Order: sequence, then structure tokens, then C-alpha cells
Amino acid sequence: MSLLLPQSGDIPLPQPGPISEPYWQGCREGVLRFQRCLDCSAPTHTPALMCAVCASRSLVWVDSSGKGEIYSWTRVWRPVTPDFVTPYVPVIVAMEEGWFILSNLVGCEDDAVAIGLGVEVVFHSSGGADDIVLPYFQLVS
Amino acid sequence: MRTLGHPFRDVAIVGVYNTKQARVLEGHDSQSIALEAALGAIADAGLEPRDIDGVVGGIASNFLYQSRIGPAWRSMSPLGIPAVIEGAMAIACGLANNVLIATGEAGSYRQHASTAPWTRPTNEFVAAYGMFTAAEFALMARRHMHMYGTTPESMAHVAATIRNNGHVNPDAVYFGRGPFTAADVLESRMVADPFHLLDCAMTSEGGTALVLTRADRTEDTAKTPVYLLGGGTDHYGPSYQHPPVWDLGGVRRPDLIAGHVGRRAAEEAFAVAGLGPSDVDVCEFYDPFSFELIRQFEAFGFCAEGEGGDYVMSGVIEPGGRHPITTDGGTMSFSHGGASVQLFQRVIRGVQQLRGECSSAQVLTAEVAMCTGGGSGALFTDVLLLGKERP
Ligand SMILES: [Zn+2]
Repeated sequence: MSLLLPQSGDIPLPQPGPISEPYWQGCREGVLRFQRCLDCSAPTHTPALMCAVCASRSLVWVDSSGKGEIYSWTRVWRPVTPDFVTPYVPVIVAMEEGWFILSNLVGCEDDAVAIGLGVEVVFHSSGGADDIVLPYFQLVS
Repeated sequence: MRTLGHPFRDVAIVGVYNTKQARVLEGHDSQSIALEAALGAIADAGLEPRDIDGVVGGIASNFLYQSRIGPAWRSMSPLGIPAVIEGAMAIACGLANNVLIATGEAGSYRQHASTAPWTRPTNEFVAAYGMFTAAEFALMARRHMHMYGTTPESMAHVAATIRNNGHVNPDAVYFGRGPFTAADVLESRMVADPFHLLDCAMTSEGGTALVLTRADRTEDTAKTPVYLLGGGTDHYGPSYQHPPVWDLGGVRRPDLIAGHVGRRAAEEAFAVAGLGPSDVDVCEFYDPFSFELIRQFEAFGFCAEGEGGDYVMSGVIEPGGRHPITTDGGTMSFSHGGASVQLFQRVIRGVQQLRGECSSAQVLTAEVAMCTGGGSGALFTDVLLLGKERP
């Protein structure tokens, strides 16, 4: 067993683009954001130009509760590059508002992960040229 | 629906060739090994380079120049079964008479501290979380385990079966490395839970090629022609850039979620062929990870949803079973040459099976082969049905 922590090594960091910048700016401000369709109210992630359900271009950024539950997970022992500390636990989180996000689980032992557990977002400043803050998830007690 | 003749009636596969496959092919780069593959497939067809008037794949441009066969038809399609279908369409549409599809990779991945470059995403929403192919596919497998109780043992049985096919195949990179039991797979070190090392594809180098021709010209070629009975491709978007969500749906048919990717392609292929899963004698299924074979049997309708784990344990997938899988050892034991080579090699093996020329695990009286590529973690699956009888 080992305590899962945010990665602190020289990992590949996102380079925000014009569509995704509001998402990353939210992370810098400590808020997880997603897009919602003004016409059919469907949520969308990853950042998009059109609604995946009704093709409307009227998407607005809204704040998420930051809460959801683990939808699927894996525990990685062979790192993608040596800069990642193992084990780390990629998770897909089903957010309360009905959208999915990929992240890593932190703040617990690696064998505490299970589908269906409640989680909430936590932010970790990773720096880099774009002052990136990454959303991670931890178990809710 | 279709009222004219079969779309691929006038097309035949007449040449196939794999170069030597190895962990490292000394003295080769991707262009040189692909050229060797191309010349091998042309010779296998009993043709000369000057007979080729259409090219597909990574080597296409270089081959056109080196062989001076231009001007010729060229596709930009780079990967696997879609490239084979496109080559066949070129012939069916009268754009070319003899199409060469060739690719090869060597020298691009020899520092193994990191996972292979083609396994790693660059997208801003996954790369920082340490994602690579094993983790992507593991997220799909874990969801299936949660829904249906699918076990690591059933996955390990798939991996052991495929690796044993490679163990007895003299052309496999891991020839003689077995035999393997499911227990061996489960005891190998964990890569990305639930996948152990032996549940995963390897990395290697190699080249591969095939030649398509007009069906009315097969009297001039050397080997028994093999025909395309049907095919299809199911894609949900770019691989490894978005969360691999099992329940990711489409707006046209909500039942066709990403966890079932390949179902529509298989339905279309079977419909055009006038066949069903029970008609398939050889399952040359793509095997990036053991779980994907379980998933494919469900997606293609060989068994019901959620029953794939029991299905692969029922004696059908081994040599001598009704639906033997990945008979050369696949990407786990035969070869995984890079980003594209192995995506053609299920088709190569399917042709070799229907010709009856496999030196190991030959399926006796094979009439129909189902070849696939891709997988759920990559959000695409392609399907090609091959047969001995002209459709
Ligand atoms: Zn909408």
C-alpha cells in the first residue's frame, strides 16, 4: 500500500487553447467548470464548440459542485514515463451534473479505490509556462 | 438496402507477406522494412512491381518513387482494415487494377524506460494523468468487470491461448517462449490493474504488405484468391484524447455505446456477406489486451452482453474449437510492429488461414475468417470478413 499523491515530477502539462482556457482558468481559481447547452441543458466535457446532443452552438461555462462518484479506475505500476511515481490511480469520475472527467485519485491508500465511491475535486498547482493547476479527486469521508 | 451486386465481387486479395518480425531489426528503418514487405507481397501474388497501379499505406509515396510506377492511384489512408477497404473500393470503382498496401516500422522505439510513443497521448485532458494504452483499455475492462463480474481468470485464459498460438509459430517473435497457463499470466507483474504484463501486447519491429487485384485477373496470379465478403469501421473520435467511458453514446443509435464499438461494423459486414457469427471459422481478432477478445465476442454477437467471460472459457477459442482466436499469436506473441503494422496483420493471417498455408494452428477447412482491428480503449473497432468463395 502507498499513499496516493499528486504527481510532482516533470510530467506533461496541458497547453490551454482558446476553447479550453476558461476550464483551466477555473482550475486556477479553485473551481471545476464544464459547459452546459442553453438549448437542451446537456452538460459537455471535454471543452467543445457545439452541444453533443442537439448541435447547438450556445454553450455556457458553469461551475460544477466538484462532486461525483468513481465510474471506473485502474492502478498503474508501469509508468507511462519515468517521471510518474507509481502506483498512481487513473479514475473516470461521473460528476453529479451528468458528465465524465478523467483524473487521478489522491489522498488515500492505493487499494482504497472502488467503483461507486463518492469523490470530490481537489486542486494541485503544477506550474509550468501556463501556470497550470490540475484537478485531482479525493474520497469524500 | 443494397440491390446491386456485392460491393467487393470484383476484388480479390492475391498477395500477402510478413517480413521477419523481431524485438529489434538491426540494419532496418521503417522505409526499408516496409519496402521489403512490399516486394514480398508482390512476389507472393506472382506479379512484378510494374503491375502495381495503386498504393496505400506508410510506404506508398516512397514506393511510388523507387519503383517508378507513377503516375498511380494513391490513398492517404494509413491504418489497418480501413486501408484494405479503401484499396478494395479503388478497384471496385475502377480507379486501379492492382493495389499494394504496405507498411513497416523499425528503429522508432528502442529506449524502453517510457512506454512506446504510439501508446502515449498528447491531449491536455489525459496526458498529465499518466495515461497510455494499457490504462485506457483497463478503464473499459474494469467497468465490464463491475457490471458483469468478468474475472481476471477469463482474461488470463484469453492471453494464454493467444500466447500459446505464438509459442508454436516459428515466425512469432516469442516463438518457443511458452507454453503458458492462465496462472502464468496472473502471476506476471501488474502493469495497469486488471492487466498483468502477459495480458498486454508487446512491442517489436516488422513490415507487412498485401496486394489486391481485380477478381477477373486472378488467373494470372500465383495463389488461391481470397475475397472480401464484407467490412465496416466503427469510430467514435480520436484515440486517447477523451475519457474512455464505456457508456459513451451516439445520438443516432443510443444502444451503440463505446463499450460495444464494432457492433455496427460487424452487423453491416455480416449483412453484406449474408452470414452470421456462427459461420465464422477463424476469429483473427485484434488483441491489444486480453479483455478486448471478451468484449469483441459480445459486440459482434457471438454471445450475449456480459457473457463474454464465460464464452471464452467454454472451449471455443482454442485451436480445434469452433471459433479459434488470433492464430499466429497476435500482438501478444507474433508481433506488434508499431502504430500500424500489426493493424494489418490480422488480415494477413486471415488470408493465410483461408489459403491453408499456416505452419501452425491451421484451421482445417476454414471457409470464413473474421479479422478485426482497434479496441474500446481507442474508441474504434474495424471489421473485415474474408472468404474463399467469390461473393
Ligand atoms: Zn444541446
